[in-house]
Amino acid sequence: MTALSHRKTIWDRLHIDWPLLVALLALMSASTVIIFSAGGQEIGIVYAQLKRIGISIIAMFVIAQISPMMLQRWVLPIYAACVILLVGVLLFGESSKGAQRWLNIGVTRIQPSELMKLAMPIMIAWYISRAHLPPKIRHLCVGLILVVMPTLLIMKQPDLGTSILIASSGLFVLFMAGLQWRIILGALALAPVAGYAFWQFAMHEYQKTRVLTLLDPESDPLGAGYHIIQSKIAIGSGGVDGKGWTQGTQSQLEFLPERHTDFIFSVLSEEFGLIGVTLLLGIYLFIIARGLYIAVNAQDAFGKLLASSLTLTFFVYVFVNIGMVSGLLPVVGVPLPLISYGGTSMVTLMAGFGIIMSIATHKRILVN
Amino acid sequence: MLQRRNTIRDHSAEANLVARRAFAAFIFVLVLIAILFVNIYNLQVNDSESYKTRSNENRIKLLPVAPNRGLIYDRNGTLLAENRPVYNLEVVPEDVKNISETIDQVSNYIDITAEQKEKFLKSIRRTRRFKSQVLKNRLTPDEVAVFSVHQHKFPGFSIEARLARFYPYGDTLTHALGYVAKLNKTELFDLQAQELDTNYRATRDIGKLGIEKYYEQMLHGTVGSQEVEINNRGRIIRTLSESEPVPGKDLVLTIDIGLQQVAQEALGDRRGAIIVLDARDGGVLAFYSNPSYDPNLFVHGISSKDYRALLNPDSPQLNRVTKGIYPPASTIKPHMAVLALDENVVTEKTQIHDPGFFQLPNADHKWRDWQPWGHDKVDVYKAVEQSCDTYFYEVSYRLGIDRISDFMYKLGFGQRTGIDIHEEKTAILPSREWKESRYKVPWYPGDTPSVGIGQGYWTATPMQIANSVNILVNKGVHHPPHLVAATKHADQVQILHRDEKPPVVLKNPKNWDIALKAMHNTVLRGTAKPAFLGSEYDSAGKTGTAQVVSIAQDKEYDADSLQEKHRDNAMYVGFAPFSNPEIVVTVAVENTGGGSSVGAPTARKLMDYYFSNKPESLVGKP
Repeated sequence: MTALSHRKTIWDRLHIDWPLLVALLALMSASTVIIFSAGGQEIGIVYAQLKRIGISIIAMFVIAQISPMMLQRWVLPIYAACVILLVGVLLFGESSKGAQRWLNIGVTRIQPSELMKLAMPIMIAWYISRAHLPPKIRHLCVGLILVVMPTLLIMKQPDLGTSILIASSGLFVLFMAGLQWRIILGALALAPVAGYAFWQFAMHEYQKTRVLTLLDPESDPLGAGYHIIQSKIAIGSGGVDGKGWTQGTQSQLEFLPERHTDFIFSVLSEEFGLIGVTLLLGIYLFIIARGLYIAVNAQDAFGKLLASSLTLTFFVYVFVNIGMVSGLLPVVGVPLPLISYGGTSMVTLMAGFGIIMSIATHKRILVN
Repeated sequence: MLQRRNTIRDHSAEANLVARRAFAAFIFVLVLIAILFVNIYNLQVNDSESYKTRSNENRIKLLPVAPNRGLIYDRNGTLLAENRPVYNLEVVPEDVKNISETIDQVSNYIDITAEQKEKFLKSIRRTRRFKSQVLKNRLTPDEVAVFSVHQHKFPGFSIEARLARFYPYGDTLTHALGYVAKLNKTELFDLQAQELDTNYRATRDIGKLGIEKYYEQMLHGTVGSQEVEINNRGRIIRTLSESEPVPGKDLVLTIDIGLQQVAQEALGDRRGAIIVLDARDGGVLAFYSNPSYDPNLFVHGISSKDYRALLNPDSPQLNRVTKGIYPPASTIKPHMAVLALDENVVTEKTQIHDPGFFQLPNADHKWRDWQPWGHDKVDVYKAVEQSCDTYFYEVSYRLGIDRISDFMYKLGFGQRTGIDIHEEKTAILPSREWKESRYKVPWYPGDTPSVGIGQGYWTATPMQIANSVNILVNKGVHHPPHLVAATKHADQVQILHRDEKPPVVLKNPKNWDIALKAMHNTVLRGTAKPAFLGSEYDSAGKTGTAQVVSIAQDKEYDADSLQEKHRDNAMYVGFAPFSNPEIVVTVAVENTGGGSSVGAPTARKLMDYYFSNKPESLVGKP
């Protein structure tokens, strides 16, 4: 292997992919700046975010040291444990804001759906990569069952945003593994039918309202449409160069809902304008490109599938969140990755990047 | 698990497959990011202007700022209506930890009733927590002082001042000034109809009566505005710009408050009206209706107890000056004399025999003179001096109703005088047409003699009587009566110009002089002589004693009170000085006796005051 002949760099020893790290740090720095403005210009909220960023970087670093071999060895029991915990959430979970997402395991409260965000792609990547690529129909069917089971459990909580992310991470593995285009196109053709069935039998009333609101937000400007209208006003009024840091009237005067969490993109758009938006999208695009580059150059099928799935899932965060706040998609509780205030999702995301870095830097150990 | 490991994998084919898929995925990502970007580009570039407008609409509100109401002064500059701060105890609920407990502590310093507390706690449940709410209004100066000392112990509690109308002279001027009170729905609709409602967006009170109502638009001023930035809950963050309200114009009345107070004292507890007109311009020096009431009660919303007290049989709310309906009685005998002379039904020398009664030819009915034995031979002077009824029965019979009602209409009877308040009645000047439309029967010759002595169908308001005498005194020149002399704005006094009404022209102007001379004689040796003995000025006048056929107010006929209400009304009209008249005094006192015993002495009190405390004349002032 050519890689063997290369001298190990300091980054390889640390199991860090530095271009990726630089991009991630850029995002997280931007996060603190925007959160200071969005959070009512209180320094306390910035410190809290910095603490989380620190924890996230440590999590990334620790996970990056775990070799992909280890992940494959432990994934089955972890996945199984996650499914059990998800069932546990539905049976004994604690509610907050109308949804049951937390499980109290005595020592602490955990959110099993966050664990599943990592367990799912590892599990499917492991399962599919055991056989030759592209997968056979029966592997696909088993894979689909492994994807659908936890997805339904999370949708039941209900947590539409997370279930979409988890289902995507599994399906991306199947796609990357070479799922036949005719199957993909067939599934897309069936989507309207499935969508109708989903609408009729699976969606909660509040979720339906969100979809209807998306189609015509102005119909109910003070009710369900308020968030989308205020968010579009924030983005649109930002113009090309924005109103300036801490000068956004929509955010500073609190017309924007969920300013420092789900709607933080609107704050950025209002205060930094199209220039800020373009920069942000550029960084995201670079991270995705880098993730896919690592995936393509990964040593084995497991690494390739897992790295690409994690990267594409990261993109789903970006697309769903920005699509939601700019009025393209219904309001679904997905944060803007690495920018939104909030601990759990940031730790999970950075752990995912830890896995990608591990895949990027653990090549030489995998010698047959 | 391990068996698969051993199967041979085509690693490069798999790597190619993943690479192709990664490429496809990346293209897909690019397309979706492009969609996001195009959408945001549309929002931030193409539609940016409209979103900028909407973001400003969100945050910028225009708050109206109420103008200060114009003040009202009397002719000497004494303040009659002012704006005084009233102090309210207000609370911002957000800033108080335990509201109920804190209110109990505050009540150690300011008396807060359980009712007030309950009302307050109820009201804060319905409003924003950062909005100041009134806990108690109209604090006394003592309460303000005591609480100010302890205020630091109660964050969130504060004493707020607001301007409210105050009438320092209370019930002395109510019927002329009127009052302001809270703007109601009907008034708001009226303002909307006149497209004035935007000017009242910040206004709490509006003129309800009297001058306050008539001059509402002058007194009110123009609303100002404040452009403020608000947050999503409507809390004001900062003021962006301000345009000051324009205060209302101050009014200077023709009223002389000293004379007005004399009028009030002179009437005491008797029902009636007193008017003093400036003979030279029609300005009203005194305008008093008794009983009166305190207008300040209405400014803050009158309590039902206070309001019930106003609903007594003496009708304090009735403005007797302009809405009291009285038979003019003998006060119009000089007017009748002028007409008779000018129509030549009598001359200055004509003598009529008075046996104590008058009879129409071929009829039995006797119209009695007030003096049962009559006045023997009576000419026009004696007729006025002695108030001889028979003379005027005869004269009116000779004139006929048509000439009487035509002339009296010219003197202002049967119509509004046009004084500058809205509360005014026309009363009844009888005529052929009036009787036919009112009673569906023709005018009979027997209807005329009573009209000749100001009785019968004829009724008038004291203001009409005063106005008619003023025309007489001015020999036909008609200065319409008015209460407001000028407006004042930042020390700039502007006299309100008033149109003269067309003068009353006689065939022989000397006839005015005969009537005025007869009125002079009345004071020198006639019915008003006892009242004016020893006065330091030369006055003229005419007494009147009205038989009360119907009660003065437009009330239902009330058998129980008939006895008392049946007593005579005392009337007096007079002017002074005789040679160069300055004032015309009119007195009407209900159910107390005769014009010479009650009316004339009351008028004298006013003239005495006027000539010893002569107010500055507003005529000829720049």
